[in-house]
Amino acid sequence: MNFYEQIMNLDRRWVYLVIGLVVVITAIFPFDVPLYVTPEVRSVYDYVESLNPGEVLMIGVDYAPEAMAELHPMSYAITRQCFKRDIKLLLCCLHQNGPGMVEQVISQVSKEYNKVNGVDYVYLGYKPYPSITILAMGQNFRIPFPEDYYGTPLDSLPMMGGITNYDNVKAILNISAGSATEYWINYANGRYNAMLAIGVTGVMTSDYYPFLQSGQIFGLIGGMKGAAEYEHLAEKGGYISREKDQLSAYKSMPIQTTTHVVVILFIVIGNIGFFLSKRKKSRI
Amino acid sequence: MRKTLPFALVTGVGFFMLVQYFIPREEFEIVYEWSLDWIIVIGCFAMLLGLWSLTMASVHKVQRKTPGWGYSIITLAGLFFMLFVGLYPGQASLVRGSIFMLLFEYIYIPIQATMFSLLAFYIASAAYRAFRARTVLATILLLSAVIIMLRLIPLGPLSAINQWLANFILTVPNMAAKRAFWIGVGLGATATALKIMLGIERTYMGRD
Repeated sequence: MNFYEQIMNLDRRWVYLVIGLVVVITAIFPFDVPLYVTPEVRSVYDYVESLNPGEVLMIGVDYAPEAMAELHPMSYAITRQCFKRDIKLLLCCLHQNGPGMVEQVISQVSKEYNKVNGVDYVYLGYKPYPSITILAMGQNFRIPFPEDYYGTPLDSLPMMGGITNYDNVKAILNISAGSATEYWINYANGRYNAMLAIGVTGVMTSDYYPFLQSGQIFGLIGGMKGAAEYEHLAEKGGYISREKDQLSAYKSMPIQTTTHVVVILFIVIGNIGFFLSKRKKSRI
Repeated sequence: MRKTLPFALVTGVGFFMLVQYFIPREEFEIVYEWSLDWIIVIGCFAMLLGLWSLTMASVHKVQRKTPGWGYSIITLAGLFFMLFVGLYPGQASLVRGSIFMLLFEYIYIPIQATMFSLLAFYIASAAYRAFRARTVLATILLLSAVIIMLRLIPLGPLSAINQWLANFILTVPNMAAKRAFWIGVGLGATATALKIMLGIERTYMGRD
């Protein structure tokens, strides 16, 4: 095997080693990454900003721990922004491993802002079969969720007085790492005309641009970069702060940046090897 | 009868759901809400069936000592231990600090996060091997991938140009392809639904 072929067929363990080293070194020596805030992220932030205190925003948290790094920062930043602005939250979960995710966010942030369960927020809990649950909530939240996550009947929660279905919430924000997003778009927006924005993982982002252009969703927060953009806006708005270590996605951007640089370098190296080896073969 | 009744049910319910979507009437709304209750009840039974199916499949694997049977023991142990902890009377299992949630936070979350983190290494290796400019189409794919990846990287004055390019790729060619895909999926789903409602497609009834 000549040198060019060696470049082309580098042992994958070298790739793993370099990626591992880059992640560790960047974590030890972080740096600031300038961020360009995309219009699709800004529109979600601006919408939350436009809500008046006392109005209700619904958040569907449909992700498991595997997507925590990308989606948890969105949940935290939006929850903090809402609670600081006295916007009431109605949360639900359509992913089997998601209830713990919501519980982590809501229990921590509600303590920070002294928000009371049932008064300032209601956590409906988890129900399987997203399409059925979303359709049922469009009729009445009490059909799939007669009680909240903690077992209290919805009718005995002060915040739920006057809240029947999607007509009574200003908008829905779906933060998801799976197919639940499609159901929210098809049924909550398609059938019930609910205002909808989504926060999804990086790999899912490109799937949802058509819905953004068609107006079926009014905002799109994509992956860790989208979360970092949102945190950047929330920090500027005074909702979260670096001193309190509340910018986890923004903090991870240097690692994401360096690993992407390394991946691009590997692609370049592989292609240099490919072209030089091809040229050598054609000469022979 | 074994075939006529399920077919009549599927056709009747299918056409009702179709009609009520396009003709909003109060009577339809009542039946629709009632049907949503039914779907939830059926869904609960499906979950029990899944639990039974998983248990039996794992038990059979252990009994027959098929390759990887040890994992089935771990599956069963995890399944029933979490069920026991979650349903144990006298304690709220879903609040922070309960044994159920401690197991979730300190065992399940790290396991899943670790598994997903490993993907970064595989993706890096796969990108290195797969993105070769062998043909014109492969070159277009390679360039698009690099442009999309570069949007995460600060490039000084070039960032604005790259952002524009990345945005163009996502909102023009990507969107056109996705639209075609989604329209195809929609038409396919409609055709399949009609075939089921008209009795042309009957595989859901199982074997003859």
